[in-house]
Amino acid sequence: MSTVPHAPGRFGPYGGRYVSETLMPALEELTAAWEHFSRDPTFRTELDRLLRDYVGRPTPLTEAARLADHVARVQGRRLRVFLKREDLCHTGSHKLNNCVGQILLAQRLGKKRIIAETGAGQHGVATATVCALFGLPCEIYMGAVDVERQSLNVFRMQLLGARVHSVKDGTATLKDAMNEAMRDWVTNVSTTHYVLGTVAGPHPYPTMVGELQSVIGSEARAQIQSATGRLPDACLACVGGGSNAMGLFRGFLNDSQVRLFGVEAAGEGLHTTHHAATLGKGRPGVLHGTRSYVLCDDDGQIAEAHSVSAGLDYPGVGPEHSYLRDTGRAEYLAATDQEALDACRLLARCEGIIPALESAHAVAALGRVAERLPDGASVIINVSGRGDKDMGTIAKYFGAEVSS
Amino acid sequence: MTNAPADGAPLTSRIAGAFAKARSQGRKALVLYLTGCDPDFDTSRRLLLAAARAGADVLELGVPWSDPSADGPAIQAAMRRALAVGGGMGAALDLCRAVRADNPDVPVVFFGYANPIFVRGTAKFAAQAKQAGADGVLCVDWPPDEDPELAQALLQEGLDLVPLIAPTSTPERVKAIAAVAGGFLYYVSLTGITGSQLPNLDEAAARVRQVRDLSSGRLPVAVGFGIATPADARAVAGFADGVVVGSAAVRVIERAVGAGRDPVPALEAFVDDLRRALG
Repeated sequence: MSTVPHAPGRFGPYGGRYVSETLMPALEELTAAWEHFSRDPTFRTELDRLLRDYVGRPTPLTEAARLADHVARVQGRRLRVFLKREDLCHTGSHKLNNCVGQILLAQRLGKKRIIAETGAGQHGVATATVCALFGLPCEIYMGAVDVERQSLNVFRMQLLGARVHSVKDGTATLKDAMNEAMRDWVTNVSTTHYVLGTVAGPHPYPTMVGELQSVIGSEARAQIQSATGRLPDACLACVGGGSNAMGLFRGFLNDSQVRLFGVEAAGEGLHTTHHAATLGKGRPGVLHGTRSYVLCDDDGQIAEAHSVSAGLDYPGVGPEHSYLRDTGRAEYLAATDQEALDACRLLARCEGIIPALESAHAVAALGRVAERLPDGASVIINVSGRGDKDMGTIAKYFGAEVSS
Repeated sequence: MTNAPADGAPLTSRIAGAFAKARSQGRKALVLYLTGCDPDFDTSRRLLLAAARAGADVLELGVPWSDPSADGPAIQAAMRRALAVGGGMGAALDLCRAVRADNPDVPVVFFGYANPIFVRGTAKFAAQAKQAGADGVLCVDWPPDEDPELAQALLQEGLDLVPLIAPTSTPERVKAIAAVAGGFLYYVSLTGITGSQLPNLDEAAARVRQVRDLSSGRLPVAVGFGIATPADARAVAGFADGVVVGSAAVRVIERAVGAGRDPVPALEAFVDDLRRALG
């Protein structure tokens, strides 16, 4: 099955460019630039050098034997579990893979000012980092609620020289930060590049960010073949906007025997309204420039998403995921806040790896994925980021319990 | 190409008629934007009718949406107020129907975002808008060349698709957009959000001339974004066929409501001032 967009920027009926006219020419320019430079050997060489020497790639694929033992005990299924260690990237998550590519492109477009939105702050930190490296002014839009719960990342961005705008509009989370970033971009489009952080937004972002993150999947593919002599039976990744999942999935899309599982945030449960399971509970719509699944009411008003992890707290999702969902190529599950927190502690205690709460959602779904696989199957889980940023949230949930 | 009229509909649309009437009176058309259901359904109905009475030639009925990423603070706040009292696409359709019941002549253009149209179903929305007495639709984040579904649905119902044209639009884009447009072309005076500061007008004047050339003068060109005062309106009327005022009108309502007054007289006076400025 091919996942090549049917029309430029389309994944089946999803994707496209649903933006105000002012931005259309900038998106056409960006698309042409990406098509040109992503094939340009000098650009690729420079990008590969940055990924190696600055981001720290390739990231390891770590076998998680004690986690596999745990699954065998609880689930009665003997798996080989591998962790793709994006938590070991510089800045602590996969977000930097995308930022280095976009900053190189912005340079070639002559854009001297950089803006970005951020949810958990990981993309904001990654953007502020590359802006520091290239000496570019950087402004980050972040929902006021997220500024509160990710205050350490706000300080990191400021330390790196970025200006952080706290967005109080709407639900004061990631979607509102994106609205405000779009307003900035539409005002300053001639001088400014918008480093969108996920595989959502108008074309070319879903394609471009997906290609920049595909390094995760291509490394993992080679690494697991070298570790086990074959392809994995399943890949597992959390999905908010969906960039780390898309990055991993792209390594295996054409291998139909490899099952792909995305894990959304079920928040307080899918039976409540407090979740962020866009693919599980949403419907096709248009948000932030792309046609994709959204969480909204019958009138088309976007719903407030909820997740303990700020990075998954988004009522939209990348259009390629919507396409993979409809075609059945990928399967989408959901994990609750509590399951993610428990999985975070489980991975910490089994493997000495504290995942970001976003990534913990993928770990949380391992048991359910194991039930669908035969004994001896191998699974790759994308540990998209490290959990240091979440210590405040985690401590609050577990309270004194964490020391027991 | 003009939109084919539905059976029995007048050959000239209400929008074309309104611009023609202004022209015949030797003045430029006043297009007034109000957010539907701000501050509530019935006051909003009275405000729309009062605006028409005071001289607005075309009404833009803003459809409140949760994520208005092309709008500035004034209209964002209006949408929040409207959503809090049940505003949205459903209420906007009812509002249009209520306005039409009392005023058979004033053209009404729905001004909104893609998701409420998309979720309702594009064809169903177009039919309901037509049935409610609307004349056209301006969808901020649905470029007609990107996805023809909306343009086709509106054409089917004989509704005008009013497009935005921006300072950044290339000549190719202006041509492509104008080809599927009806009613009027809305030239955005600046690269920015609604309610921004009005820029130097020389560039806007030159661009409006260019837009007319590229569209062979088939449709009138109205200019909006940043026009806040009668003086601004007069300046823009020097080169445009119509002047769009939105955020400033919304602020007049906000101030009156905030002071505990009925906003209708304040808006009526504001529209009257604008209309006088246009000659």
